[in-house]
Amino acid sequence: MNWGSASEFFAMGGKGLYVWGSYAVTFLCIGIELAMLASRRRALNKKS
Amino acid sequence: MIYIKLSLPNALQDSAMPSATPPTTPHGINWFKYSSPQAFFPVAGALAPCFAVLAAVLCVVGLYIGFFIAPNDAQQGESYRIIFIHVPAAWMSMLIYLVMAFWAGMGLAFNTRLSGMMATALAPTGAMFTFLALWTGALWGKPTWGTWWVWDARLTSELLLLFLYFGFMALQAAIDDPRRADKAGAVLALVGVINIPIIYFSVQWWNTLHQGASVSLKSAPTMAMTMFTGMMVMVFACWAYAIAAALWRVRCIILERERRSDWVNAYLEAQK
Amino acid sequence: MLAVMRGVIVRDLTLAWRRRSDVFTSMIFFVIVASLFPLGIGPEPKLLLAIGPGVVWVAALLASMLALSRLFASDYADGTLEQMLLAATPLSVIVIAKVIAHWIAANLPLVLIAPLLGLQFGLPADALAVLALALALGTPSLSLIGAIGAALTLGLRGGGVLLALLVLPLYAPVLILGSLAVEATAAGLFAQPYLLLLAALSLGALSLAPWAVSAALRISYE
Repeated sequence: MNWGSASEFFAMGGKGLYVWGSYAVTFLCIGIELAMLASRRRALNKKS
Repeated sequence: MIYIKLSLPNALQDSAMPSATPPTTPHGINWFKYSSPQAFFPVAGALAPCFAVLAAVLCVVGLYIGFFIAPNDAQQGESYRIIFIHVPAAWMSMLIYLVMAFWAGMGLAFNTRLSGMMATALAPTGAMFTFLALWTGALWGKPTWGTWWVWDARLTSELLLLFLYFGFMALQAAIDDPRRADKAGAVLALVGVINIPIIYFSVQWWNTLHQGASVSLKSAPTMAMTMFTGMMVMVFACWAYAIAAALWRVRCIILERERRSDWVNAYLEAQK
Repeated sequence: MLAVMRGVIVRDLTLAWRRRSDVFTSMIFFVIVASLFPLGIGPEPKLLLAIGPGVVWVAALLASMLALSRLFASDYADGTLEQMLLAATPLSVIVIAKVIAHWIAANLPLVLIAPLLGLQFGLPADALAVLALALALGTPSLSLIGAIGAALTLGLRGGGVLLALLVLPLYAPVLILGSLAVEATAAGLFAQPYLLLLAALSLGALSLAPWAVSAALRISYE
């Protein structure tokens, strides 16, 4: 284990903004992509 | 010569739909068995969730290795952990472009509708990974080199790759007829594939001549085995995710483009 | 086949001559864009000398790209292009002829006035000569790659901007090599490697692009 405590984990040695900024945007993009796919599929189901 | 007969496993056969595969001859492999949208649709529907689950599992494993097992880096501190998403995203962005160009080329050569649909389905996912590579690259560059944007040869080539993706999507969006859109996009994708090595080489030359080798995101920390393992697991996670997203998207595209056909109407009726 | 090529070139040049103003508007656009940069950045001579090659090259790229829509538009509109598609001569040959004529009408003027713009940025005389030579070697590939874009976007709405989006990323290597050639000369180094690479790119484009343009034209006509 690398981290002494949860707050150390979130701080990432001072670089927390960059690390979590990267991962947050990654999961946000993935979420947006999946949401757009789901809504596209729902529109198809509804339109028929 | 060995003859192999292929047939759909029962699990994949959707009994609500009439048989869509062309009749196989008794000998030889039917390479075009799944090349009709109707035949591929259930296959994609069965495979996509498997790849999605695989992606989620690999992601958890990879990030666990990356954050809790891989040690701190002596030079860069904790910010190097961005590598576990930056490198996979960059590799995926390039791989997806190659696969997209491959299917586009297949569609041009064999005049199969599904190949063009697959290329169209891959493009947004590829563009997303390219954007992520750029974003995470910028966020890695700031604590490491002090600036948000670094005209590193690879980041600059990634930026041009993003423009190539946008061009492909914009061209297909501007053409109303889907068959013309597929073929035009295919020509553009193939021209892009030929250009990518030229672009990368010239950007690399430009970068070394102007800036010297001092600024380079290539200098990842000398990879401890744990770091490398975590990164490779994340690569496969992103790969599985890309496959799942593309398969889901191609299902939507198939339903949209084939909406005048009987099987689609029957399928959508059954969904209600 | 050569007779057909000569016929197409003469025809296109005659048509371009009748619309001389198009050629002049391209040239004036080139001059204006290159002149806007000092206005935006400031008149300091050392800074202008540093950015000069890049600015002139970018302006040439944009001017060249704006002229691309003229390549097939009028032939598409009046049906001549369809006749070219049906002709006995291979379409690639006709495409090469059209691109040659287009290069003479649209890009050769840029090559000729570029040294004057280089003077605005204080480039030394040998750099000006290399600028003209680099443009002469690089603009053929710009015309050829641009022809692919023009063929793909034939008759589409949003034409000009879409063409720019498609074609500008593909122009990047030419831009990089071209401005490196001029900067090297200005710094007293050899420009030969860059000029040779520019020539190589143009020759490569000459061998591959006509095929892609023909494919794109047939796709646009279906």
